[in-house]
Amino acid sequence: MTVMRAAFIDSTVALLDEDPRTALVLADISASQFAEAGRRHPDRVLNVGIREQLMIGVAGGLALTGLRPIVHTYATFLVDRTYEQIKLDLDHQGVGAVLVSIGASYDGSAEGRTHQSPGDVALIDSLGDGWTVRVPGHPDEVAPLLRHAAPSDDPVYLRLSEQRNAEAYPDADRLRVLRQGGTNAPLVVAVGPTLDAVLPATEAMDVTVAYTHTPRPFDTAGLRALAGTEVVLVEPYLAGTSSAVVSRALADVPHRLLALGVGQTDLRRYGGPADHTRWHGLDAAGLRLSISAFLGSAGR
Amino acid sequence: MHFKSDSSGMTTTLPTDTGPRLPGLIRRLTGDEKHSPSAHSTIDVLQVLYDRVLRVTPDTVDDPERDRFLLSKGHGPAAYYAVLAAHGFIPDAWLDDLAGPHSRLGHHPDRLLVPGVEIGSGSLGHGLGLAVGTALGLRAQGLHTPRVYVLLGDAELDEGSNHEAIVYAGATGLDRLTAIVVDNSSATHGWSGGIASRFTVNGWTADAIDGRDHTALYRALTGHLPRRPHLVVARVESKG
Repeated sequence: MTVMRAAFIDSTVALLDEDPRTALVLADISASQFAEAGRRHPDRVLNVGIREQLMIGVAGGLALTGLRPIVHTYATFLVDRTYEQIKLDLDHQGVGAVLVSIGASYDGSAEGRTHQSPGDVALIDSLGDGWTVRVPGHPDEVAPLLRHAAPSDDPVYLRLSEQRNAEAYPDADRLRVLRQGGTNAPLVVAVGPTLDAVLPATEAMDVTVAYTHTPRPFDTAGLRALAGTEVVLVEPYLAGTSSAVVSRALADVPHRLLALGVGQTDLRRYGGPADHTRWHGLDAAGLRLSISAFLGSAGR
Repeated sequence: MHFKSDSSGMTTTLPTDTGPRLPGLIRRLTGDEKHSPSAHSTIDVLQVLYDRVLRVTPDTVDDPERDRFLLSKGHGPAAYYAVLAAHGFIPDAWLDDLAGPHSRLGHHPDRLLVPGVEIGSGSLGHGLGLAVGTALGLRAQGLHTPRVYVLLGDAELDEGSNHEAIVYAGATGLDRLTAIVVDNSSATHGWSGGIASRFTVNGWTADAIDGRDHTALYRALTGHLPRRPHLVVARVESKG
């Protein structure tokens, strides 16, 4: 079964072969998988070693000369560690790059907190509104998202994970309705790989379930069209990351919002990703409890 | 200012001397009658670069074939703005409202606001990484003529990001790159064993010279060799 990381590597190698504007910047992670492409394109496959600040600085410099850098490592090293480089070497210089992370919130559950990045999307949010954030829920969504990012110069964050849904919806850059509730039914928005827990969690509830792999820019027009008075967000990163976006979009409409996602607390526990999903209440049973309580509290 | 075209079609600046104009331009920025231009540690390096070394003019600020100058040490940019004005990159009148509400010139430069400024800087330790990426980007596009110069301060070298870039540029023989460290002995813990050794041990060539001596500066700033990045340590008087 293809995983997101393999889909990213295959697509990036193809882009390096096809488009002389594409450059890849690595900090050792995944370097061996790009070794062959590096022999074909030694000036555009750049492994700086374990130097993440330099990785983003190099990407900024490449972009200043007109290239399109793709930058890749674990989310916590790509975003958390290099936050000021992203802010200044990319954003402040007025240039973009495609940042492609692996590891997500807790793919590295057994590695501990040092390899986890639940706050990456919130950090990107703090940079300004120019960023596109892609959180694919299936490996088949990865290649089209990367190919869409390659020709532009805009800043793009592509957040890959080992968590995945059974079905791919490559066209879900806007809210895509997968289950339609009745008139004014509560809207449950599943972002990326949370969908496969959201669907069973809301089974037999009168709710509309919509999916997207693109939380930024958030499909606020779709949200306004689909939302009744109750909205539930389910995100695979820090809980509440999209609350402000949703609140702004619905500012003139009476509404209640439940924002579910990964908790802020360092659990200091290892175990598998499924354990963390459960501990954060993001498995089907946990979601069902939270969503039922929220909707029940409105007198349903 | 005089221009000629070289074989690449790129207009280059012939040697010129902006020295007599700079004190007046700097005074417009600082409103300071007491301090001579030598109070500005970078003034001589900048003057030699823009008068004699860099292949960039106001007409070629977007030309891919231009030389790049990146001011990493974005602090105290008065000398930089004065040199840019002296060479016609910006109007002299911009110097009269430094950091005002409608000014394009702030206490740290912004590349999107000032023609000829290659990077926005101010937070220390960003320019060398950007310069490495710029040199790599030029190489990947077969642009072998342009050179990338980046100016840092000795205290700026405290930032660890520089050392990531020093090692990588040396290991990969990034010979389109020249780093200039203006050394006014302001690093809190100093550089025991010298600044140049941090670079040369990683494969850079280095010249350590008097940062006020224009002849020595010119020789050092053009003293690079094939297959190795080059360092110029320009020593000036201590901040005091």
